[in-house]
Amino acid sequence: MRDYTVGGPSSITAAEDGLVDADCYKPKIDRELIKQLMMRNNGWAIAHIASWFAALGVFGWLAHLSWGSWWAVPTFGIYGVLYGSMSDSRWHETGHRTAFRTKWMNDVVYYIASFMIFREPETWRWSHARHHSDTIIVGRDAEIAFKRNVPFYKFVLELVGISAVPNEFKQWIRNSLGNFTNNQKEFQPEETFRISMWASRIYILILAGVVASCVLVRSVEPLMFIGLPSFYGHWLVVTLGITQHAGLAEDVTDHRLNTRTIYMGPLNRWIYWNMNYHVEHHIYPSVPFHSLKKLHLAIKDQLPTPYPSLYQALREVVPTLRRQANDAAYFVKRELPLSVNI
Amino acid sequence: MSTEWISACDESSIAKNDVARFDHLDGTYAVVRMSDGICVVMDGLCTHGKAHLAEGFVDGTTIECPKHNGRFNVLTGEPVASPVRVATTVYETRVHNSKIEFRLIK
Repeated sequence: MRDYTVGGPSSITAAEDGLVDADCYKPKIDRELIKQLMMRNNGWAIAHIASWFAALGVFGWLAHLSWGSWWAVPTFGIYGVLYGSMSDSRWHETGHRTAFRTKWMNDVVYYIASFMIFREPETWRWSHARHHSDTIIVGRDAEIAFKRNVPFYKFVLELVGISAVPNEFKQWIRNSLGNFTNNQKEFQPEETFRISMWASRIYILILAGVVASCVLVRSVEPLMFIGLPSFYGHWLVVTLGITQHAGLAEDVTDHRLNTRTIYMGPLNRWIYWNMNYHVEHHIYPSVPFHSLKKLHLAIKDQLPTPYPSLYQALREVVPTLRRQANDAAYFVKRELPLSVNI
Repeated sequence: MSTEWISACDESSIAKNDVARFDHLDGTYAVVRMSDGICVVMDGLCTHGKAHLAEGFVDGTTIECPKHNGRFNVLTGEPVASPVRVATTVYETRVHNSKIEFRLIK
């Protein structure tokens, strides 16, 4: 049984094995090119965020009009994905502060998207920094979502955030009272706890306001727009996100071995903000979403063969997770290109 | 402070809005050339994670760490974006005979 506790016994082993904040593999790339690819552009991000909010507005309006009829099922279905899944990629990119060139624009969208995806922004900012330092290093990475020795049905239930959202809500309550877990203390500096405390309080107040409005109008409809989409619209981000690292090698420092790049169509890439180029993102987190495809084209010969589609990636991930439930030693070994040094 | 000026590189070898790595004795440094041509030498390793700032991104007066996207003010070394929280050292720098030179604090 693997012990995934952050800061637990596995973290000591990881440190002894030189896996903590280690130097990771970097492909060869022309400095001028990578400089160009790291350039930020407010225009791209504004256009994307505007299109996202426009889609939320249109489908939110249609959902409201269809409330009480069967048409509410597809309209809320789409609204929920826009809210509860698409917010993940916006949360992620603005958390890196690479979406916009202007820092405060990243931060504003980050706080909105964090609420929508149901993540307290400050704690998750630090857990994500740790995730990039020690990607799926057991005992170090606080964001290993698909652990070994876990029955597969539990991952299926996470399609609607069955434990992730309630657990996060409990943490908001604790944080709002000034209580922080050992897990948080492991990767988040104490001087930032105050930010977590206030963010949690504000998020809880917003949810309380929505519940109060439900009581006022004697309908659950307000919660269907704010709050509940974090559950019922969560399934797509799990479906996309499960392909990032699940089933691959733990405790390695080469992102080509613990991360997947998958080709996806334009709709999924709009929803996912090109995070299907996930190996590239982990190697060069300073490259914004709109340049990841160009980065992929520049270095793809030095990376394992990408998965041709989401379906093909899932065909590997699902059986692997099912097997790992009983066989923690099993993992998918990615083949590195022979032409480059390992 | 040492009076000795250490030559890091030719000014022309670094494009504007760029940074290059310079190793000297046991130290590693980031030599930054900003968009207005001002050159600054600072400690090469990020104060947050183990990453060379010379692989980072220069934009205006800030430099971004390539590993976690933390940012420093190039002129002062102060952190301007998390996860960086500790300032880095910025050295007295000059351009002399087309060479970027700096003085180490001793």
